[in-house]
Amino acid sequence: MNIDSIKNGIVIDHIQAKKGLEIYEALNLRDLDCSVAIITNAKSEKMGRKDIIKIDKVMEINMDVIGFIEPNATINVVQNDKLVNKYQVELPERIINIAKCQNPRCITSIEKDLDQIFTLTDKQNQVYRCQYCETSLK
Amino acid sequence: MRHLIDIKDLSIDEINELIEVAKDIISNKGKYSQKCAGKKIATLFFEPSTRTRLSFEAAMMELGGNVLGFSEASSSSVSKGESVADTIRVVGVYSDIITMRHPKEGAPLVASLKSTVPIINAGDGGHNHPTQTLTDLLTIHCEKNRLDNLTIGLCGDLKFGRTVHSLITAMARYKNVKFVLISPKELVIPEYIKKEVLEKNHIEYCQTNDIEEYMNQLDVLYMTRVQKERFFNEDDYIRLKDYYILNKEKLQKAKEDLCIMHPLPRVNEIATDVDDDKRACYFKQAEYGKYIRMALILKLLEVK
Repeated sequence: MNIDSIKNGIVIDHIQAKKGLEIYEALNLRDLDCSVAIITNAKSEKMGRKDIIKIDKVMEINMDVIGFIEPNATINVVQNDKLVNKYQVELPERIINIAKCQNPRCITSIEKDLDQIFTLTDKQNQVYRCQYCETSLK
Repeated sequence: MRHLIDIKDLSIDEINELIEVAKDIISNKGKYSQKCAGKKIATLFFEPSTRTRLSFEAAMMELGGNVLGFSEASSSSVSKGESVADTIRVVGVYSDIITMRHPKEGAPLVASLKSTVPIINAGDGGHNHPTQTLTDLLTIHCEKNRLDNLTIGLCGDLKFGRTVHSLITAMARYKNVKFVLISPKELVIPEYIKKEVLEKNHIEYCQTNDIEEYMNQLDVLYMTRVQKERFFNEDDYIRLKDYYILNKEKLQKAKEDLCIMHPLPRVNEIATDVDDDKRACYFKQAEYGKYIRMALILKLLEVK
């Protein structure tokens, strides 16, 4: 299957297969007015199968969202058909309003207007804990 | 401006300083009787906890200060739907320091982010209760004269017992502290405490369900109550509530200078025949709670 290469835009590559749509939703890419392609189950030498997202526009994207969902992803920025920047995302130290605390006893369950903040407490096992009640994200 | 939300907010030096001040208060009560004259503490108890609230109120009164507040959410504006953030902004206008207990975990942290006066967490759900931990540390220091080189037995509900989790976290910072974790298999210590506190800090520990197995090695035995409100199934509660009952017979092999503690209230887990044993420290522990809270109020109000 061929998807045209982009002239100016962003390619989010090396996404674990089946996680592409999750990133698409989390980045609110459906709200964009440009073309966005999600390629799922693409063949990959390194990963076996992978997902790729191509956005036909150079724009700011929330690296924390991508790092939280897929810390092994890479971001390629293309301008005038040339790769001008390549980033390896990382697990963010802190995520804000990306995930919601599931602890029914947490203050975030009742207090209005509170940001949902999680901090990375165990990098090796990718454990994030709620800033307020310290419950880990499942 | 400082708050106390989590025991980890305090460095070891700060904890040692609080303990020294508390000990000085115990020896020189008169010296401190007017230190907070003209100051007010607001005790905001969104859920009842008579013991903790009275301890804070007694602490402020013994420093010459005044007390205002409420003892349950139904008698506050919360019952009208006010947010914690708004309540704190208002109460900060009327008081110099606020102590709050709240059933929702993290509520004191939210308060501290909006408050214009220091906030003390007096317990947030099953999460933190740092002044109980300070009380426990002062008790151990007063009774053992040290916080390092100790073997500490923790017995009862180690799964839901926040006092146990906080005490382990606090004591893990001292040298050569070992833990004996005594619980039924249903109430063992959570994995994250083992991994993120004990193993991460290379703390020696062992687990058993037999209260007598390591009794002869213990310097401190911390008993806890199995709390009914933590169980969804009443049958489980009934089966486990009297799993451990410490009595004179079980103390036969214990050291002469063992320090027996309990955050109180006790139900059946310590038989009343232990109360007269010189090793029983749990009522003294409640008294130490007032002194360490006095020291904490002085510190957060920056009163010299």
